[in-house]
Amino acid sequence: MRRSVFLVLVSIVPCLAAGTILAQDAPRLRGPDPFTREIPAPPMQRQVTDDVRVRRNYPDQPPVIPHSIEGYAMDLNANKCMSCHARKFTEQSQAPMISVTHYQDRAGNTLGGLSPRRYVCVSCHVPQTTAKPLVENSFTDMDAMTEPERQPERRTR
Amino acid sequence: MDLTRRTVLKAQAAAAAAAAANVTLPASAQNILTGEDLQLQWSKAPCRFCGTGCGVMVGVKDGKVVATHGDMQAEVNRGLNCVKGYFLSKIMYGSDRLTQPLLRMKNGQFAKDGEFQPVSWDQAFDEMARQFKQVLKEKGPEAVGMFGSGQWTIWEGYAASKLMRAGFRTNNLDPNARHCMASAAVTFIRAFGMDEPMGCYDDFENADAFVLWGSNMAEMHPILWTRVTDRRLSHPHVRIMTLSTYEHRTTDLSDMALIFKPNSDLAIMNYIANYIIQTGAVNREFVEKHCNFRMANTDIGYGLRPDHVLEQRAQHANDAQISSPASFEDYAKLMSQYTVEKASELSGIPKERLEALAKLYADPKVKVMSLWTMGFNQHVRGVWANHMVYNLHLLTGKIAEPGNSPFSLTGQPSACGTAREVGTFSHRLPADMQVNNPEHRKHAEEIWRLPHGLLPEKVGYHAVQQDRMLKDGKLNAYWIMCNNNLQTAPNTNNETYPGYRNPANFVVVSDAYPTVTAMAADLILPAAMWVEKEGAYGNAERRTHFWHQLVNAPGEARSDLWQLVEFSKRFTTDEVWPAAILDANPGYKGKSLYDILFANGEVNKFPLSEIDSAYENREAKAFGFYVQKGLFEEYATFGRGHGHDLAPFEMYHQVRGLRWPVVDGKETLWRYREGLDPYVEKGSGLQFYGNPDKKANIMGAPYEPPAESPDAEYDLWLVTGRVLEHWHSGSMTLRVPELYKAFPGAVVFMHPDDAAKRNLRRGQEVRVVSRRGEIHSRIETRGRNSVPPGLIFVPFFDASQLINKVTLDATDPISKQTDFKKCAVKVVSAATADAGDVP
Repeated sequence: MRRSVFLVLVSIVPCLAAGTILAQDAPRLRGPDPFTREIPAPPMQRQVTDDVRVRRNYPDQPPVIPHSIEGYAMDLNANKCMSCHARKFTEQSQAPMISVTHYQDRAGNTLGGLSPRRYVCVSCHVPQTTAKPLVENSFTDMDAMTEPERQPERRTR
Repeated sequence: MDLTRRTVLKAQAAAAAAAAANVTLPASAQNILTGEDLQLQWSKAPCRFCGTGCGVMVGVKDGKVVATHGDMQAEVNRGLNCVKGYFLSKIMYGSDRLTQPLLRMKNGQFAKDGEFQPVSWDQAFDEMARQFKQVLKEKGPEAVGMFGSGQWTIWEGYAASKLMRAGFRTNNLDPNARHCMASAAVTFIRAFGMDEPMGCYDDFENADAFVLWGSNMAEMHPILWTRVTDRRLSHPHVRIMTLSTYEHRTTDLSDMALIFKPNSDLAIMNYIANYIIQTGAVNREFVEKHCNFRMANTDIGYGLRPDHVLEQRAQHANDAQISSPASFEDYAKLMSQYTVEKASELSGIPKERLEALAKLYADPKVKVMSLWTMGFNQHVRGVWANHMVYNLHLLTGKIAEPGNSPFSLTGQPSACGTAREVGTFSHRLPADMQVNNPEHRKHAEEIWRLPHGLLPEKVGYHAVQQDRMLKDGKLNAYWIMCNNNLQTAPNTNNETYPGYRNPANFVVVSDAYPTVTAMAADLILPAAMWVEKEGAYGNAERRTHFWHQLVNAPGEARSDLWQLVEFSKRFTTDEVWPAAILDANPGYKGKSLYDILFANGEVNKFPLSEIDSAYENREAKAFGFYVQKGLFEEYATFGRGHGHDLAPFEMYHQVRGLRWPVVDGKETLWRYREGLDPYVEKGSGLQFYGNPDKKANIMGAPYEPPAESPDAEYDLWLVTGRVLEHWHSGSMTLRVPELYKAFPGAVVFMHPDDAAKRNLRRGQEVRVVSRRGEIHSRIETRGRNSVPPGLIFVPFFDASQLINKVTLDATDPISKQTDFKKCAVKVVSAATADAGDVP
């Protein structure tokens, strides 16, 4: 199996020289070769649960979630995320407090708690798995443009 | 959660990360930026993904997009984006971007069985023009076609429509929006005589109840869902009722989840209509003044190939679209069959729940917003389903006013703006006009300055028909732009792929990335995307919004607009138009299609000096005139004064979009209501002016069964769809590491009992098998979706698990939109050898 996937990559890459295919399950991007072939499904990926903060790509990026949220309630009665990330619980949880923007309603007025429009945390904040990216992304960090010599290496899991 | 454990872990991991990252700095180094280094150039743009049309601010530095955030000034989203929107900054930077044309070649020549080799644009267009000319000469305009997109900018769709219809004289032009909302678009015309919603997103802040029909807004329209949840959580009287075939994040936040058996939504809606009638809740005055009744032809088949037994057996497969005038009594009689018992039996929903739902619609004091997307539209009775929900709003008069709103959501950023308004469907012209209407063709010929009688009247091949005709060798020169149809069309192994690789056909794919579709083409053209070009989109609430080119595309990638206009230079009228037309109109002889379609005195009217000097505009510079403005202004003449009025071009670069009709500089939020819509005559109160008698049609139609249902062998329903983190086939989002890692592969969502029954465990590899084909996937019994026994859900973004090899190419016979939401499959362990052969 490994061998056949490798062969697929070798046959595609020369004609699409620009791309650097990283992970062994690149058919996720381009499909099997030939199209009609059936290929085994890659294993499911484990959740990242190390609780280590991941640097944002730019200030407005919602931070990714470095822990599992399996089974978290987010319904009309309860929002499990807020049991650690609400202002009043952050001391005991040592979790980051929700951003101050999350206290504002649609008109920009500050409310006494989490704004109802921000209730569904997972619309913007997503957990991560240990999957290796399928292809490199050449997005440039703005800091790297201004002081290229002082960039810490990006952590790879 | 174990807080103590987490805290310890956190401290350890942070220390390790700091050490690994080697972040120690010299003490003397300044660690903050000052002056010029701090500056980013910020500009507005709409989001590249769904039909919501969120505003985004895009930050550019040194020719690269380095940041994006939700636009505070955008009315749609007021500063919010979903996770995909927040990662727009990275979608253009996958390192396998296509940067030069690639042609299948052997020995320096094009060969259908050759390997992709880089070629110049000239070589690419030379071969493409040779192929198109040969097909036009040998087989005529009906053998040429194009499959476009609801992600095309407005001017790209408009240019494509001109090139195909006026240039090549074929209506074989269809957008991927056919798979997405053709049922909605067709029903708007049938019911109201005009496409697109009467209401707008402001209904979210005015409704008392939201009823979601087959729409998982929490994942598919997350920002609109923020407006729904905001309303629900801020106003305790508000209710959310969600109808679906399985539970998901939207039902998590709903007051009531009504999980129904696939296709039985038809019976539920007819029951509600019956309830409204039986309880005297019909708004008699409204109905008498503003509505007509009609009865639809029934037993209309399933849009399969004509020799399929289901089509042979259907009484009205060939005149499915016909309906006949009827009375209220006729309609009430049909509805009276749909008792709560019958609806409950067909749907599996308890009677009390159905009654609670019906009461919301019937109660005149409750303002109801009905919302739907693919659950209705991708439905073998999608047109009927759309009609049936309008019926409920029309019977009660709950329509065209703040909060009372039947609202069709869309899946693509310009499904409305480009596919529908520009008219890139095989049956449409701009501004709701139809190709088979001689008056409409004449009007288009006048605006396009074409000889009379040039435009073809025959409705072209729709999406699914294009695939069938490619396979059958009747459609031979084919251009696919801005979509990934080999991944997203139904029954691809049997009906799509064979056509692409048919030696009789030449298939061109324009895309930014090497997709499944591109890999099956003969020629790949590298495309500029999103803010690499000046663009315009139209969202689901009739909002037209613009953006400037903010960065350059990599390598030789060029926008679809440039490709379409540049390609037109390679054809002369003598090569593609009939001699009779040219003899009667000798002034057109010997001209290039570029001269006729684009350098026609209208499109090339605006000089480069009108371009905002702060921005690049590669296409305009290439052609020597402000091509986007010229195309837009010519296009806008179709709708101005006819209820589709667009504002002047420049205004859209200033504002965060405007909802048409824009009359005297003012947008229209609610149509058809006096005082809110300038097209409604004084004293009339309300007019559905899209129809000549200014009335809307209430359409009576029955419940009919799906094309395929589970049986003893194929014992499960298959539902396909999207996930929050990936958009459609994933060609952009899979290349953003954070989005990929959030949801790295498709899985089979299955009920734990169904898994246990098959001796399957979570994570186990399985085969999902239908009568058409199969894929390998993995079982998921937990997570965000909980499906009922007897049904599985598989997302379609993952090219290594092409679930559309399994789906059925049944369509709504009226709208020709595929039903991706129901067919019969079985699921067996991948290790089991005796699962049976797939034909």
